[in-house]
Amino acid sequence: MTFIELNNITKKFDFFKALKSISLEIEKDKLLGLIGHNGSGKTTLLRILATLSVPSQGEYLYKGEKIGNLYQLKDQTTLVFQKAKMFNRSVKKNISYGLRTKNLPKSKIEKGVEEGLELIKMQDQAEKNAKKISGGEKQRVALARAFATNPELLLLDEPTSNIDPGNAKIIEDAIKKISDEKDTTVILATHTLFQTKRLSDRTAHLYDGKIVEEGKTEKVFENPKNEKTKKFISGKLIT
Amino acid sequence: MKTVSFFGEGVTEALHLIVTGDPVVFTIALRSIYVSGIATLLASLWSIPVGVHLGLGGFRGVNFLRNLFSSLIGMPTVVLGLIMYLLLTPKGPLGPLNLIYTPLGISLAQSLLITPIIITFTASSIESVENDIRELAITLGASKFKSAITVLKEGINGVILSIVSGFNRAIAELGLALIIGGNIMVENSGLNTRVLTTAINMYTVRGEFNIAIALGIILLLIVLIINALTNTFRREKL
Repeated sequence: MTFIELNNITKKFDFFKALKSISLEIEKDKLLGLIGHNGSGKTTLLRILATLSVPSQGEYLYKGEKIGNLYQLKDQTTLVFQKAKMFNRSVKKNISYGLRTKNLPKSKIEKGVEEGLELIKMQDQAEKNAKKISGGEKQRVALARAFATNPELLLLDEPTSNIDPGNAKIIEDAIKKISDEKDTTVILATHTLFQTKRLSDRTAHLYDGKIVEEGKTEKVFENPKNEKTKKFISGKLIT
Repeated sequence: MKTVSFFGEGVTEALHLIVTGDPVVFTIALRSIYVSGIATLLASLWSIPVGVHLGLGGFRGVNFLRNLFSSLIGMPTVVLGLIMYLLLTPKGPLGPLNLIYTPLGISLAQSLLITPIIITFTASSIESVENDIRELAITLGASKFKSAITVLKEGINGVILSIVSGFNRAIAELGLALIIGGNIMVENSGLNTRVLTTAINMYTVRGEFNIAIALGIILLLIVLIINALTNTFRREKL
């Protein structure tokens, strides 16, 4: 059974079609890179996968089950937003939020927080107010917070955009670790091609609300079939 | 010059009444805090959930309700006092509750007066919390209820401000306290309804300015102290 299957997914906002009849299969425990320029529909697709939004048309199957309700997969998926939002409390409390919602015993919560802090190398900043740390650090905390919930599907929306290389490297290493060591399927939306190349098992190119190319990452980068993908990878496709 | 001296003498005597702990002054002040405190507590019970619900929005009629409550902030207190009087008077529909001319009657009327204030300010503070916070909570596994509580915690400073504004409005209110309470003061009686505003009004009319000024200073002090405490708490939270 395919882990995720999207059949002809369309998303309309009034008269604007953000996604146009997208069909895609996603395998379990793999990392799918979702590339595309700004406004291509990456965030809209991630929100549908996280059930924060429902498609206007089409079918979304998760482990064979048809998904149709808002927030239906809130216990299985976690989305890390492009601009990391922090709760107005400590880094530690931010990371433990998802664990506390599950009413886990204190020892498990503490273990989850420790692992999260270790993953993002912020053990020494656990007690700091998360609203008062840098943008890059916030993005690291957001990743650890999502990781701590041990999701089946982790959705990352441009997790390293607008942050410095040092923080970006820590985040990339953490994503790789999650993908390699956990039973977590990761979908990484980005327009940083090198990042996709380094991390993804498969890559899908989203252009103007449509998936124009999808396949193994090496193949997509070395021998793209679609003209738009060729141009995007060579840096010639601006919009 | 005469006016300044007259006012100065009043303030001096007022300070003397406060410093020496004049029992009349302090009994009235404590009753005011009690009556308006109960009113604020009552109003908060229903206004905060309603305000949170309106702040989160996402249902039909939300704008209508928000406009309605913000318009009701300006409701003349004498009109509300008249309505409450007609409801609470012995022949009125709520007459059997025996709340007219009681401190609890004033509390009830004040709680209705400050309901639109707490609802409107709470809704605004919840709305100002970043929209993504609720989605973030949900995507981390929180239920709808738990995510609403999270938003409430994030907007807690605004909610506290709404409660304090409600209390300030209640304790400074005259019309309702006069119509529903009647400014009753009988020694050694549990039925007294004289509060700071009704007492200030009465002593001013009688020309007993020293005690009126003393009560005025106390009223201002109560409001200032509560605001100072609130601001300290809010700063600590940030």
